[in-house]
Amino acid sequence: MNLFAIAAKSIRQRRLASCLTALSISLGVALMVAVLVINGVVSRMFSQSATGFHLIVGAKGSPMQLVLNTIYFLDRPIENIPYKYYLQLKKNSAVAHAIPFALGDTTEDGKFRIVGTIPEYFELEYVPGKKFQLQDGKFLQGKFDAVIGARVARAYGWKVGRAFPIAHGGNLGDIHDEKFAVAGILAPTGSPIDRAVFIHYDGFYEIEGHGKPLNEAQIEERARNAADQQILLPSTQLSDGKPESKPTAGQKQPISDEQKQVTAILLQMAGDGPAQRETLSFLIKPRINKGPVAQAVDPIEQITKLLRDVVGNIRTMLVAMTILIIIVSGVGIFVSIYNSMSDRRREIAIMRALGARRRTVFSVIIAESVLLCTGGGVLGLLLGHLLVFVAGPIVEARSDILIDPWYFEPHELYILPALLILSVIVGLVPGLTAYRADVARGLSD
Amino acid sequence: MSLVLKDVRKSYREPDGAALPILNIAEFALQSGEQAALLGPSGGGKTTLLNVIAGITMPDAGSVTVDGIDITRLHEVGRDRFRAQKIGFVFQTFNLLPAFTALENVLLGMSFSGKAVDRRRAEELLGKVGLSHRLHHRPARMSVGEQQRVAVARSLANRPSLLLADEPTANVDVKNQTTVLDLICEGCRENQVSLLMVTHSLEVAGRFSRVDKLGDFNHPRADR
Repeated sequence: MNLFAIAAKSIRQRRLASCLTALSISLGVALMVAVLVINGVVSRMFSQSATGFHLIVGAKGSPMQLVLNTIYFLDRPIENIPYKYYLQLKKNSAVAHAIPFALGDTTEDGKFRIVGTIPEYFELEYVPGKKFQLQDGKFLQGKFDAVIGARVARAYGWKVGRAFPIAHGGNLGDIHDEKFAVAGILAPTGSPIDRAVFIHYDGFYEIEGHGKPLNEAQIEERARNAADQQILLPSTQLSDGKPESKPTAGQKQPISDEQKQVTAILLQMAGDGPAQRETLSFLIKPRINKGPVAQAVDPIEQITKLLRDVVGNIRTMLVAMTILIIIVSGVGIFVSIYNSMSDRRREIAIMRALGARRRTVFSVIIAESVLLCTGGGVLGLLLGHLLVFVAGPIVEARSDILIDPWYFEPHELYILPALLILSVIVGLVPGLTAYRADVARGLSD
Repeated sequence: MSLVLKDVRKSYREPDGAALPILNIAEFALQSGEQAALLGPSGGGKTTLLNVIAGITMPDAGSVTVDGIDITRLHEVGRDRFRAQKIGFVFQTFNLLPAFTALENVLLGMSFSGKAVDRRRAEELLGKVGLSHRLHHRPARMSVGEQQRVAVARSLANRPSLLLADEPTANVDVKNQTTVLDLICEGCRENQVSLLMVTHSLEVAGRFSRVDKLGDFNHPRADR
């Protein structure tokens, strides 16, 4: 009979107290696993969502706001930049793909963001190695086509062909007359894309009120040229000087490029490999930032900052709390074993009388503590993943984050060794009590 | 000789610090395979004597030789090993471990001896004491007589040289007393094990060809 078999018998003898103490450990571990896994999945989702593009270009302002707005469709857009800026960037040899995003509008009830973009967006990988997939329909083709994210489709029950209006600037009292039709429904991506409605960029600018008045656009451009602050953009011929023509009633006047604006431009750099692309992005970023028009932001840098400074601190706090719970549970195991020592003095004496050495009875107590802690720990790991399994669909329904309950967070690897150390520490004092037990007195009890 | 005690002295400290002499034995011996009953009043030092012979309690002076080994010269680990291999114990209160089944109680004694655990022997011994059908029952589900029979099987499991029995029938009903005594004595005879049984019962002592009174050879207050 080995030590663990003897210890297991002893645990079985006091099964209620043992189960409760192991359960307290397992609940602490389960909480920790849930925190680690959910945090890991969310961090991974945030990081991955940001990795599809090397740079995001947008109006000057908060870089974080630009990233949150463009990649995660959170927060309000900063401002717009000229469409010509996009055209210039697109021509830049360092840029492989430039995707314009026109943001600001929402679905009729304000629940989901409208993203005006070009069909090329759907040809790119939204995160490295992952291309857009459709569960139904086709990608953007016609001007008034829309491709909707999986969650949008689920929330509204929209099918291909469904026509819908949009709210201007998220103002629910200002609904555009123009309607877009669902051309395609994206397969779930587990990213913010799931809760976006992508409409054709050309259609976006067919909507009244989306183009800047021509004279305003011209004044702005002249001001930029006069200040000679244009770094990236050469001066462009904006108009032929003719007075702005107004559409006649019932006739839609197509707006010029000068009047168009973009909220953000997503850039994938050219280059043969990741290193070269990183270099190009590193070189172009300061040139854009020096200019008066726009800022270029590295999304990964911003998200790393967000995860480190905000999410990281929250996670550290939660993990610290769960560590405390586990330590308290460890103290519970100590109290449970220690209290049982007076009842077990006779058992220990019998084992010693049968020839067990001092270190054997000491080891039996340590083994008991190890079994309770690690048993509780293993149960906690399973419970933690079960908790994530149960919470996964709820989190997914509320946030579009696909939670894989069997996602293994590398920090979980530290849990069992840490519990092993904890178990030896909490078993030490009761173990020493057993070690020092007086056999003759124990037998006469 | 299976057991030889020479000039063994043992005393305890009283709360006021004064010495309380318990044992003072000039000589006591038991031949190999011999069976003896040791009579003595309660508090006369019988249990202390057994503990000294088993190496559980160290004497203040003298030598205790079992099977040619002076256990007073062994360090603690050596005494533990010696006890596991050479001494069998049957206690008044059986001292079975409540979490273990009858079979496991017997195997447990084997596992401390450093030898390979012999499950077949354990089952055989339990069979001999009439408990083949109770191998997997825990003490709480067994009668008092059955528990003591398990203790007898356990005491013989490691083929000891000497079996020490401390009032083994004191807590057993009359019907089972004879059975337990028979099992102990027959078991010792079959396995050529010397037996020293402490009792205060003249009836039990009467079954032995050799009966010693502790008071005849233990003089704790005498000066030497």
